[in-house]
Amino acid sequence: MSDVIPRSMPEASLLPWAPELSGEPAAAAPPPRRPRPGFGAAMLLPLRLAWRQLRAERARLASAIAGVLFACVLVFMQLGFRSALFDSATALLSAMRADIFLMHPLTTVSFKPEMLPRIRASQAMALPEVQAAVPVYLAQATWRNPEDGTRRPVQLVGFDTESGVMDFPGLAPLIETLKRPDTMAFDLRSRPEFGAVPRLLAERGPFQVQLGNRQMEVVGLIEIGPSFGADGNVVMSDVNFRRVVKERQASQVDLVAIKLKPGADPAMAVERLRAVLPADVRVLSQPDLVAHERDYWETATPIGFIFAFGSLMGLIVGMVIVYQILFSDIASHLREYATLKAIGYSNAFLGRAVLSAALILAVLGFIPGLVISTLLYDVVGKGTFLPLEMDLSRALSVFGMIFTMCALAGLLAMRKLRDANPADMF
Amino acid sequence: MQSPIQLRGVTYAYGTGDLARPVLRDVDLTVAPGEVVLLTGPSGSGKTTLLTLIGALRALQQGSATVLGQQLAGATERQRTAIRRRIGFIFQQHNLLGFLTARQNVAMALELDPATTERERLARASEMLAAVGLAEKGESRPDQLSGGQRQRVAVARALAGQPGLILADEPTAALDRQSGGDVVRLLRDLARRRGVPILMVTHDPRILDIADRIIAMEDGRILPANEANSASAA
Repeated sequence: MSDVIPRSMPEASLLPWAPELSGEPAAAAPPPRRPRPGFGAAMLLPLRLAWRQLRAERARLASAIAGVLFACVLVFMQLGFRSALFDSATALLSAMRADIFLMHPLTTVSFKPEMLPRIRASQAMALPEVQAAVPVYLAQATWRNPEDGTRRPVQLVGFDTESGVMDFPGLAPLIETLKRPDTMAFDLRSRPEFGAVPRLLAERGPFQVQLGNRQMEVVGLIEIGPSFGADGNVVMSDVNFRRVVKERQASQVDLVAIKLKPGADPAMAVERLRAVLPADVRVLSQPDLVAHERDYWETATPIGFIFAFGSLMGLIVGMVIVYQILFSDIASHLREYATLKAIGYSNAFLGRAVLSAALILAVLGFIPGLVISTLLYDVVGKGTFLPLEMDLSRALSVFGMIFTMCALAGLLAMRKLRDANPADMF
Repeated sequence: MQSPIQLRGVTYAYGTGDLARPVLRDVDLTVAPGEVVLLTGPSGSGKTTLLTLIGALRALQQGSATVLGQQLAGATERQRTAIRRRIGFIFQQHNLLGFLTARQNVAMALELDPATTERERLARASEMLAAVGLAEKGESRPDQLSGGQRQRVAVARALAGQPGLILADEPTAALDRQSGGDVVRLLRDLARRRGVPILMVTHDPRILDIADRIIAMEDGRILPANEANSASAA
C-alpha cells in the first residue's frame, strides 16, 4: 500500500514533527528545540504525580502518615521534656535577678554550693561601678505541710531583701513584711505536696508553718518554680535565714549578688571584678550563671543524652516506616515507572517524584503531629508541673528533622528506581 | 529524504567474555518514512532486542543506528532519553498508570514538553482519546476499562506526543481477536494519517495484512525478503 499523504489534513494542528513529510532539510535532522523546563514545572509536575499516586491508595497513605505522626510526636515529647527539665533545673537561678554574681569556682550546681568568704562582697564594692553587693545564703530545710503534717525538704534562699540588689518575681510588695522576724515568702509554683499554701494564704491571711525546727510565718507568694534540686522554694531575709539554719556562719556565703550603678557596662564590670578579686571566686553575669547550671545538667548527667537518644530513635523509626512505604510504592509500580522511563522521563524526574512523595508525607504527618503534641504538652505539663510549652523555634526545628527524615527515606527508596529498566518492558 | 530508521551492521550480545551470547548479528535495516513494518520470527530470534535498541532503551554495542536523525552509537543516557521522547511506545501490556485517569495517562506523554500548558495538554489528550474512540472514557481509571480499551488508551498515549516513530511490541498479545485487530488497524490508520512510520514486533498472523513490509528474523539475522514473504504467507 503506497502511502501518499494528503497535505490538506483536517487536523493540521496535529501534524507531527516529520521532516520526511514537510521536505525540511532533514539530513542534518536537528532534534526539535525544546525549551528547558521551567523550575516550577520541573518541581510541580513530579509533586503532582507523587500526590496522585499517594492519594490512590488510602490505606497505605494513612499508615505512612501515622508513621510520620508517631515520629513527630515522639520527637516533640522528647525535646519538650528535655527543655522543660533544663528550664526547671535552672528555675531558681533564672528567677534571681541581679546584674552580676560571685560564686565559688568549685560550685558545680546550685543545690550543692561551695561557700566563699563574705568579705568578697565588700571587696567588690571597691569598684566604682558597683552600687551594692549582698551575700546570698542557700540551704535546704524540712517544711511541714500545714494541711496534713508531712515533712519535705524545701530550698531556702536568704539575702538582704531590703537592699534591692536581687529581685524575685512577686517579691517587691513583700519587702516591708519580710523585715519582720520569722517571716518568709513561699514559691507558689512549688509542688502540691507542700500543701495548698496559696489557697490557705488567701483564706486565712499569713499563717504559721514549721520550717526546720522553727515556726515561721508565710506572709506572701513569689514565683520561682520547682527544679531538680528542690520541689519548692522559700525566700526570706538573711537574718531570718540564720534563725532557721543556726549552724550557718554569717561569714560563709553561697553566692554574692551585685548591683551595678545605672549606666555601667555589665561585661566591662565582670572583667574588672575578675581582675580585682582573688582566685577563690568566679564572676558570672546572670545569663552565664544560668548557663553554668544548665551545663551541669547537660554534661554531668545523662539527661541530655537520654532525650537526644530518644529523639533519634523516633526519627529512625519514622524513617524506616516512610522508607518501607515509598519502597513498596515503587516496587509495586515498577512497570509503570519503567514505562515512564521508556517514553522519555528521566531518572531525575522520577527521583523528584519519589522525593516529593516523601515531602508530602512529611507535611501531612507533621501537621497532626504538631496539633497532638501541643495538646499533650498541655495535659502532661499540668500532670508533671514541668514547663512544657510549644514554641515556634521548636516547631520549626522538629519540622526540619521530620523533613530531613523523610528526605533521607526518599533518597534511600530512590535506589529502587534503578530496577525500573525500560528495556525489560518489551 | 532521510529514513527514520537506518541500521548498519548492528551486532548485540548479552553477557561478556566467554559467556557472551550473541542475539543480533550484523543487522542492516532501513525503514522508509511513513512505512508500516512488521517484524516476525520465533522467540529468541532477537526481534525484541532490536526493538529496544532502536527505541534507545539499550546502549548500542557494535554497528551504527540512526533513529530520527540521531546517531545512537555512543549516545549518552541523556541523548537516549531525549530521543525516546520523540518515539511512541506501545507495549504488550497497556502499562497505564493505575492511579491516573485515561485522560491523565495520555497527558503524561505531553508533560515532557515544557512548552505546553496544562490546559493544552488536557485538551490534546481529550482529542487523542476521541481519535481512538474513547471520548466518553476520559475520566475512567484503567481498571474500569476493558483490555481493548486500555490498549487504545495506550495508542492514544503513544501518539499524543506527536512522535516521529512508533515502536510496538506485540500490542495484540493480551487481546482477543476482535479487539486486537481493531487496535492495530486504529493504530495504523492514525499513524498513516500523520505520516508516522511503525515498527511492530508481532507473532500474530491475524494482523499481518496491515503491513507495508514484513521482515522475518531468525538467529539474530534478518532473512532475505523472499523467505520472509513465504513465512508471512504460511
